[in-house]
Amino acid sequence: MAGASRPGPRPLSPHLQVWRWHVTMLSSILHRATGVVLYVSMIGFSLWLMAVAAGPEVYAPIGAFLASPLGQLKLYAVAAAFAFHLANGVRHLVFDTGVGLKPSDAETTAWFAILFAIVAPIGLWALVRFGGLG
Amino acid sequence: MNTTPRKMRSALGRVRHHGASGEGTGHFLGQRVSAIALIMLATWFVLNATLTMDGPSYVGAIDFISDPINAVGVVLLVLIGLYHMRLGMQVIVEDYIHRPATKFVLLLLNTLVPLALGAGAIFAILAVNFGV
Repeated sequence: MAGASRPGPRPLSPHLQVWRWHVTMLSSILHRATGVVLYVSMIGFSLWLMAVAAGPEVYAPIGAFLASPLGQLKLYAVAAAFAFHLANGVRHLVFDTGVGLKPSDAETTAWFAILFAIVAPIGLWALVRFGGLG
Repeated sequence: MNTTPRKMRSALGRVRHHGASGEGTGHFLGQRVSAIALIMLATWFVLNATLTMDGPSYVGAIDFISDPINAVGVVLLVLIGLYHMRLGMQVIVEDYIHRPATKFVLLLLNTLVPLALGAGAIFAILAVNFGV
C-alpha cells in the first residue's frame, strides 16, 4: 500500500510503555532474549569443540578462561538461559495443542518458567559443588 | 509474467522471501520437531557435561568427547541445535529488520554461519576420536 494517501489519523496501537505490565509479556521477551543468548553460546560451543581438536596449545587459553570466575559466571548464565528457554519452550509446545491458553493459566505457567530458570541452575551448581559428582 | 498461473506472485518475489512464500508450515514443524529433540539432547548434555566432565581442562574435554555415546550425542546436539537456532534467528531478523539489503545479508549469514560451524564441529569430534 506504499504511496496510498491516508484518509485521516488512524487509531494507534498502544505502545509498549502504556501497556499494563503482564508476566506473559516478560516470558515472551525472555524467550527471544534467551534464544539469542543460546545462539551465541552454540557458536561458542562449536568453536570450543574445534579448539579441543586443534590441540592443547590452542585450547589452553580457552580452558583457562572457562575455569576463571568470569568464565564460570558465563557458563552459569548460559545454564540459566537454557533452563528458561527449555521450560518456556515446553510451555509453548503445550500451547500448540490448545491447552493452557486461558490468561490465568498462561500467567501461572509463565511464572513457573521464570522460577525454573532461577532454581534449576542453582540446583545444578549445588550438585556440582556439594554433590561430590563434579 | 507469472510462470505459474495460479500464484499471484512473481518468481523473484517468492525467492526473496517477501511475504508468505508458502513455506510457513515447514518452518513451524521444523522448529517444533527440533525443539522436542533438544528437550532431551540439550538437557542430557548440560547434566552430563556439568556432572561428569572433569572441569574445562584439556584432558577433561578430550575424555568427554572420546566417549562414543558423548560423541554421537554431541554431533546430534550440534546439528539439531544449529538448525533450531537458525530457524529462531530467521524469525527475529524478519520481525525487526526491514531494510531489504540488511535483511538479505543477515539471513544469508544466518544460513552460512551455522553450516560452517556444524561442519567444523563435526570434523572436530571425528578428529578427536579417530585422530585425523
